Amino acid sequence: MTEGTFIKVGMADLNMGESGAILKTTGLGSCVGLTLFDPQLRIGGMAHIMLPSSDIAREGQLNIAKYADTAVPELLKRMMSKGAVTRRLVAKMAGGAQMFAFMGGTDTMRIGPRNVEATKQMLEHYHIAVVAEDTGGNYGRTVELNTDNGVFSIRSVQHGVKEI
Amino acid sequence: MSLFKNDADFKMDVLREVGNIGAGNAATALSTLLNKPVDMAVPTVSLLPFEAIAERVGGSEAVVIAIFLRVEGDAPGNMFFIINREPARRILQGLLGFNAAENDDYSELELSALNEIGNILAGSYLSSLADFTGLRMSPTVPSLAVDMAGAILSYGMLQFGTMGDDALLIDTTFLEGQQEAEGHFFLIPDPESFDKLFRALGVPI
Repeated sequence: MTEGTFIKVGMADLNMGESGAILKTTGLGSCVGLTLFDPQLRIGGMAHIMLPSSDIAREGQLNIAKYADTAVPELLKRMMSKGAVTRRLVAKMAGGAQMFAFMGGTDTMRIGPRNVEATKQMLEHYHIAVVAEDTGGNYGRTVELNTDNGVFSIRSVQHGVKEI
Repeated sequence: MSLFKNDADFKMDVLREVGNIGAGNAATALSTLLNKPVDMAVPTVSLLPFEAIAERVGGSEAVVIAIFLRVEGDAPGNMFFIINREPARRILQGLLGFNAAENDDYSELELSALNEIGNILAGSYLSSLADFTGLRMSPTVPSLAVDMAGAILSYGMLQFGTMGDDALLIDTTFLEGQQEAEGHFFLIPDPESFDKLFRALGVPI
């Protein structure tokens, strides 16, 4: 995984990268793109979280990358197996938008903010600080994490590219 | 993953017919609005991984105009009318005489007109489906977004999300004359709705 290599993280998926590889996930709407970065080892992880809690899962084989409550511990476990240390980890996240303004606002339509809340709760549980985020709003995002320097860049149709 | 235990092929055929009837009526409505013929391709019915659904309209990051609404009633689901940017311009021009903007800066009026078109088409899709099945199906107020396809379509996959990593999509492509695809009608019934649809149509479950 050399510098500048792109590692794509699909929807309801998670992955890791190191040595300057760039983790990327596209088209986040209500989903949350969470990244963890160990600046000392320059290891990064990314999860594309779709739903807040696996309590509602009815699938046979649980896709743990899909739910905030299962994706965070799994990503953490994988990073630690590579030598990352929890207290060094820096979390950045984006997404959790409300793309559509529905009248009434049912629970399903509030899924974006709920994904953000659930992800933060899990991070808090592991005492990992969210140092930067670009969440909410009503627009889609594509995000990248550069595992060389931990820079998290966010691209949207309306607002172009920004780095946090 | 297979959604249906028995007669899967036959059930897919039935769902294709559901798409045919609904989208056929919507195509007629669109053709009336535009005062010119609008064709549609034979609907495709497929169980697709979430990622693959956005590929149907150019990929996760492709910017599309989408009108989204929930279907409420006996067989709930998600419906999208997705229209490419160029045909959207032509529709606005043809319908309203607007000289629509070259870029993506749609005015409030243009967006509202597109939303209303989506509303009319979705209404005709659903009312024909309700007539055909005898089920109660009504659209919510539609909502429009001009954004990345992946971000938009993920809203249609939330109900399937708790079941697995695939969703069943009934996709009908609209064509205007010999031109490229104008847009798509996506119907993604909630997983619980299939039995109700089949029962209403006399298909053994």
